[in-house]
Amino acid sequence: MEARRIAEDAARTAYGRLLALLASRSRDIAAAEDALASAFAAALQHWPVSGVPANPEAWLFTTARRTLGAARARAATASAGEAMLAQLAEERAEAAMPDFPDKRLKLLFVCTHPAIAEAAQAPLMLQTVLGLDAARIAAAFLVTPAAMGQALVRAKGRIRAAGIAFTVPQPDVRPARLAAIRSAIYAAYGTGWEALTTADGRLAGLAQEAEYLARLLLAQLPDDPESAGLLALILFCEARRSARRDSNGDFVPLSRQDPKSWSMPHISEAEVLLRAAARHHSPGRFQLEAAIQSLHNHQRMTGEPLSAPLLGLYDRLLAVAPSIGAAIARAAALAQAGEPAAALAALDALAARCTSHQPWWAARARALHASGKRDAAQLAAARAAGLTTDPAVRAYLLSNKFFSD
Amino acid sequence: MQFALLYNETPEEQGRRDTADAPAYWGAWSAYMGAMAAAGVMHSGQGLLPPATATTLRTAGGKWQVHDGPFADTKEQLGGFVILEVPDLDTALEWAARAPCAGAGSVEIRPVMPPPPAG
Repeated sequence: MEARRIAEDAARTAYGRLLALLASRSRDIAAAEDALASAFAAALQHWPVSGVPANPEAWLFTTARRTLGAARARAATASAGEAMLAQLAEERAEAAMPDFPDKRLKLLFVCTHPAIAEAAQAPLMLQTVLGLDAARIAAAFLVTPAAMGQALVRAKGRIRAAGIAFTVPQPDVRPARLAAIRSAIYAAYGTGWEALTTADGRLAGLAQEAEYLARLLLAQLPDDPESAGLLALILFCEARRSARRDSNGDFVPLSRQDPKSWSMPHISEAEVLLRAAARHHSPGRFQLEAAIQSLHNHQRMTGEPLSAPLLGLYDRLLAVAPSIGAAIARAAALAQAGEPAAALAALDALAARCTSHQPWWAARARALHASGKRDAAQLAAARAAGLTTDPAVRAYLLSNKFFSD
Repeated sequence: MQFALLYNETPEEQGRRDTADAPAYWGAWSAYMGAMAAAGVMHSGQGLLPPATATTLRTAGGKWQVHDGPFADTKEQLGGFVILEVPDLDTALEWAARAPCAGAGSVEIRPVMPPPPAG
């Protein structure tokens, strides 16, 4: 039915914009969500009967704000204040504006405020900007729906109670706050990257949602090189997503992938973004990670070994954003460059933090194998297999292919 | 904190134990169990033979009622269990997600009951 489709479209595309607008003054995200949900319910009830309004978003906004206003008036009878009257006046003035201001960037800043628990930041973003429900987010982050629901409620309570403002932070703290937004988007992408590889597809990944958020961030900050780097990195990974499985559903490592099976539109867009970002001469974590993926692609497409520039990029990455993942990847690059002893030494330095970290055991298995320590390599590969959640990766790690690739 | 992880498999999955696919089946489980043992989180655990080998007993008025097979037929069958010693539920969930049966079957996680209060 047409009216239902338009309401659902509006729900998908306008959710975050409407929520940001509704919550920005009151700072009460939970109340704004309730009001928006009842506005969507009202739309589904009224539009099929009385026709779709000329401006569906405006209709939804007005309806939701009326609900919010009524709820607030009830709550305010005891604690009435001038602040609320000022707020209502401000909102009236805003409603007269022909276009809705897009406050989603401010909403992103709120979701990643340092006062919000870090683990709740990406989930909060996915829920408030995209309207995802707690159960779906919980599945992607591997926590129970009840725990995720509680974490989200706590985070929203904190925003209201702590009075976290819907503003763009001052220039002195802005870089750090933007970094938090990018990390949260990348955390959401990471869950999608893993989840979409599960054979049964039970976990709907959040990769597309994260890509949407990265595009949204870049659209709000077109001159920010690191935000361009983040989108480029996501696009490089997305380009190779389907190449990671063969027709039997078996895992295919990057070194065996057929570049013809990569998505060229994704790669071209990423390359353009990366080049434009580089003109700012302000490299950061995401530009460097994207550049590393770009080099990996070139290496695979041309067959030309690029070990030296790859190691150089890993060193720069570790200097600006040290992480276990980057340190392991650098060690793997060392092994690939024919320096297994150096790779093993680099991995040993991380051992204490990696007892149950699958990529570390896989990298160690490869480096041991390259050093001629076959038995130890087998044991390490089995340990990695016992730590993965992905059946295809598990089978690959236990197969002979792992050491011949 | 101790948690029991109860591994439920589909009959098809458990059937792999007796097919040409058996090495892959056992390889996956021994890698998984080995990783838990090596990480020092495994308190104890056992695998179980299939439900067809079960015997169920019930007493009624002092009389034994014994029949072959499991108490109830279900879509998934208990294939084994472990008791983990881990800091919290999140860590137990991480280990559960690594189980070979987590994809096609399921893993039930239950806190182990603390001893009842004395006296």
